[in-house]
Amino acid sequence: MRNLAPPIRIDSPASVRLEGNARPPRLVLGGEWVVAEAERMDQALRTLKFGGSPEIAIDGAAITVLDSAGAWLILRVQRDLESRRVHVSGPALPDRYQSLYLRLAAEQPAAPIPHPRRRSLEDLLERIGRGTMHVLHQTYDLVGFLGRIAVETWEAVTSPRRELPLPAFVQQIEETGLSALPIVGMLAFLLGVVLAYQGADQLKRFGAQIYTIDFLGIGFLRELGGLVTAIIVAGRSGSAFTAQIGTMRVNEETDALQTIGLNVAEILVLPRVLGLVIALPLLTFFADVVGVVGGMVMTYFDLGITFPAFMREFESAVTLRTLAVGLVKAPVFAFVIAMVGCFEGLRVERNAASVGRLTTRSVVEAIFLIIALDAGFSVLFSLVGF
Amino acid sequence: MVKRGSPGEVVIRVRGLVNVFGETVIHDHVDLDVLRGEVLGVVGGSGAGKSVLLRSIVGLNRPQSGSITVLGEETAEIDSESLKGLQVRWGVLFQEGALFSSQTVAQNIQVPMRRWTNMGQELMDELAAMKLALVGLPPDTAAKYPSELSGGMKKRAGLARALALDPELLFLDEPTSGLDPISAAHFDELVRNLQQSLGLTVFLVTHDIDSLRAAADRIAVLVNRIIRVGTIATLSRDPDPWIHEYFCGVRGHAALAEHG
Repeated sequence: MRNLAPPIRIDSPASVRLEGNARPPRLVLGGEWVVAEAERMDQALRTLKFGGSPEIAIDGAAITVLDSAGAWLILRVQRDLESRRVHVSGPALPDRYQSLYLRLAAEQPAAPIPHPRRRSLEDLLERIGRGTMHVLHQTYDLVGFLGRIAVETWEAVTSPRRELPLPAFVQQIEETGLSALPIVGMLAFLLGVVLAYQGADQLKRFGAQIYTIDFLGIGFLRELGGLVTAIIVAGRSGSAFTAQIGTMRVNEETDALQTIGLNVAEILVLPRVLGLVIALPLLTFFADVVGVVGGMVMTYFDLGITFPAFMREFESAVTLRTLAVGLVKAPVFAFVIAMVGCFEGLRVERNAASVGRLTTRSVVEAIFLIIALDAGFSVLFSLVGF
Repeated sequence: MVKRGSPGEVVIRVRGLVNVFGETVIHDHVDLDVLRGEVLGVVGGSGAGKSVLLRSIVGLNRPQSGSITVLGEETAEIDSESLKGLQVRWGVLFQEGALFSSQTVAQNIQVPMRRWTNMGQELMDELAAMKLALVGLPPDTAAKYPSELSGGMKKRAGLARALALDPELLFLDEPTSGLDPISAAHFDELVRNLQQSLGLTVFLVTHDIDSLRAAADRIAVLVNRIIRVGTIATLSRDPDPWIHEYFCGVRGHAALAEHG
């Protein structure tokens, strides 16, 4: 952001004047040579023509204020002239600025700062290649992580020596399940309302408005209830997992666990995965119920179908199997959300920016995987004839 | 800079500062003057409110009551207009450097320049390279990201950013904590050197008695929610047990003996 009027107050503007007729030629500087004037003086100095004189005197006695930016500009002129074998006398500066000037002059002239190159087609290809390799590597790592957690889980469940971290596990169920009830309930209710309204609108044309209930029941229980709940939870808990574990990585807490001899996967990942695997199906069931209630309210107002009439039609349209098809997907979604969340959390590097980046990535990946898996389930169920 | 005021003038004036967090009283009517051209060392036990004092002065923390004047402007009112314009006259080095992690070191140093001046990229690059040399970092640091730097280098880079606009006032929050004694000694030397050549007034919060010895002109000790100001010589005769322990305890003695 550029400020039109820099608030750095200048009492007497910096000035530069070349007295070419003097012997030797004199570069006379005056005013406030400070950072606010640096750009103007930089331009002025660059346009000066020193000619071919073998000697030049720099006279800065009239400088009223000098800071390191101003001193550096003067030093640059001096070095530039000296590199062209011009003898420079001075610069004459007020006494109080001599130490500043000498301090700067004591430093070696630094090489120019390299800037990242502009992007070319080659870079684009390189980026695509890198991106592809990155995705492959990451998939490989994720599969490895999956295996590790599977082994840990198996050991934790079967070995009598080790106990499940029960308090952490219960806490996870509370955080990911119980406290998500209001938001999941509200969204499910609204979705039920929308679905019923749209369904009724279309089906009315055929006089088949009663089938709104079938449409709502099957659509919500089989697909939408589970999908929406999973997506909400991915945004709410998956991101929290990444951020929590990531922050622990930044604080070296995970390293501390390791040096104490505790297993990071067991302490941090297992309770989250198991907790969510329990919590998400329950949440999904809750969303199913609330969503159907939402649809029921809507059909009452829109189509005038009373609640008992709704329930009769609902009973004939929806079987336990419809509900089961929706619910059976929930633990799988939960597993994916928790795994991705924890996996990305553990990949956080020791800086704050990486927490944010990986949290975003964790949510995007989890939602992508949920929808891809849901499509897979649809194909699978239609193959086995559900 | 010298012309901007005479030495000995009060540049930071704190009067009746009260800071309370919940039930804990951090500062109970603290008075403090910082004079132009001096290095004021601020010490105190952990939790004594050194950093809170610094944050109150630069307007990051609104005190319960009291007045703080920096270069003639009131900063205790965080939203006051007067805070604008002060930012070009002070530089703050935070404890871990607080470098912006998404930018290179050179870009970090140029953030204040971009905000407050109209310099072109080329000139800003030259100045950034000059600041890096001033704080003793090798030129190739410019293109590096903060995550590639060691703790000591981060602090030096943070110092370079604090000095980007040649401020009159420099605030340092525990600049030597987490550094090895040799790097810490070099850093103290650097602060002293820059303070003299750039004509800075330095507000130095520290734990490090060696830093005080090497760099501070006067010392303010935060103890029992108030402040005692003096030099090492006068403070080591202070009757307060904490101050006595600090300057005359085992570590204090070692540091003082070593410096003669």
